[in-house]
Amino acid sequence: MAEVRAEMVANVWKVLVSEGDHVDDGDTLVILESMKMEIPILAEESGTVTKLHVAEGDVVQEDELIAEIG
Amino acid sequence: MFDSVLIANRGEIARRIIRTARRMGVRAVAVYSDADEGLPYVSEADEAVRIGPAAPAQSYLDAAVLLEVARKTGAAAVHPGYGFLAENAGFARAVTEAGLIWIGPSPAAIDQMGDKIRARNLMAAAGVPVAPGTTEPVADADAAVVAADQIGYPVMVKAAAGGGGIGMSAALDADALRKAFETARTRAERFFGSPEILLERYLPRARHVEVQILGLADGRVVALGERDCSVQRRHQKVAEETPSPGISAELRAQMLAAAVRAGEAVGYLGAGTVECLVDAESGTFVFLEMNTRLQVEHPVTELVTGIDLVEQQFLIAAGEPVSFDPSAPVVPNGHAIELRVYAEDPKRFLPSPGAITAWQEPSGPGVRVDSGYAAGTTVTPFYDPLLAKLCAHGATRDEAIARARLAVAGFVVTGPKTNLPFHAELLGNAEFVSGDYDTGLIGRMRQA
Repeated sequence: MAEVRAEMVANVWKVLVSEGDHVDDGDTLVILESMKMEIPILAEESGTVTKLHVAEGDVVQEDELIAEIG
Repeated sequence: MFDSVLIANRGEIARRIIRTARRMGVRAVAVYSDADEGLPYVSEADEAVRIGPAAPAQSYLDAAVLLEVARKTGAAAVHPGYGFLAENAGFARAVTEAGLIWIGPSPAAIDQMGDKIRARNLMAAAGVPVAPGTTEPVADADAAVVAADQIGYPVMVKAAAGGGGIGMSAALDADALRKAFETARTRAERFFGSPEILLERYLPRARHVEVQILGLADGRVVALGERDCSVQRRHQKVAEETPSPGISAELRAQMLAAAVRAGEAVGYLGAGTVECLVDAESGTFVFLEMNTRLQVEHPVTELVTGIDLVEQQFLIAAGEPVSFDPSAPVVPNGHAIELRVYAEDPKRFLPSPGAITAWQEPSGPGVRVDSGYAAGTTVTPFYDPLLAKLCAHGATRDEAIARARLAVAGFVVTGPKTNLPFHAELLGNAEFVSGDYDTGLIGRMRQA
């Protein structure tokens, strides 16, 4: 089980996966936006998205959980 | 001179404009979103009005709200700063139609220069050199590949309505070009509301050198020297200096003359910047784009010329003569460097918003700091990461660098990560110190 967390305060611009999707290591899960920069959040291992904690338009805080991959 | 000005911007540039307004006895009206209520510019303005929530679309980009604030506060003029609505011809027109003075060029000039394809074509017609590239919008990825075969790789893919490096990328071959094209188009639509894309020959070892111009109220256009902006990451400027250490006196004279022609071609009024790429080896330059507003890095020009550019903007907008003799050539006094202090980590340059717990600005001979924050304020994720502009002026480039090193060491910011450690590294980098560098400098620093 891997937890994917936000590295910084950011707005959630795009959510590219749904719960139950299979993802490969390196796939983009979510695109955050902070200070006019897009920050793709990538899967760091292959597996299934078991839980998605954010939706488009949300604001995430530093270290906040974005998704879980199992 | 008008008696009051609405500053349709935030942060360091709002504060910078307030400073000159106060000195000239012009009442400064600031606007702020919920995210910016605690920033210094809000308390330093003569009057400050809340305009909406943090999201720019509902605050600093909301033209109707800004005009309403101007009306309610009795502001006579509008200064747009840079970014947000500064290069929005519709806003410029609406300001004028509301009976207010727009501190900037005509809406027609903004339109002509805002579309990079039109601007390129117009400059070519005015005898300003342009890079090989497309003369009309590129329809799709297939058309891009056909065009690139004619232009020659590598090519730069850009949004015609774009700025700030957003969506821009260089492609070395057809496969990379197809990807770059799709990325650029998505971002162009999202950030600039227009999907139009152009291609241009990419010069991998070029310097980015720009010329400051002023279009005077009497119709003359003068050039106030150049700025070298080759220290860039993600096609965005990180440090600038003037004079450029990479161009000869002859090339400088050619570039200044071309910039004046560029301004004359659009009947330019006020402060503007003609950006060029210089191929240092061949000693040639090409027009890149024109920014129809005050530039972030304008302080380095102010330091070596002694001319307050915001004051000239005010005077020109009021139809008055500028404060210096525009018929005498402007000779730079010494050398100036600007370091953009960003809220970002100094290694990967990723954004780092957060609350500022300590903030201490350096001072000393030749040091100027234009900042937007203070201790107790918060850097939010809603706007660009610029915290402050740290400038150093010296009699020589070496002296400016030495003063900049001391100033960087004396700048204390606690809370968000900042790129101050990067600036310390830059000022000690042999390539930067030699002056013989190009836009690939940061890439090479981060490879090593």
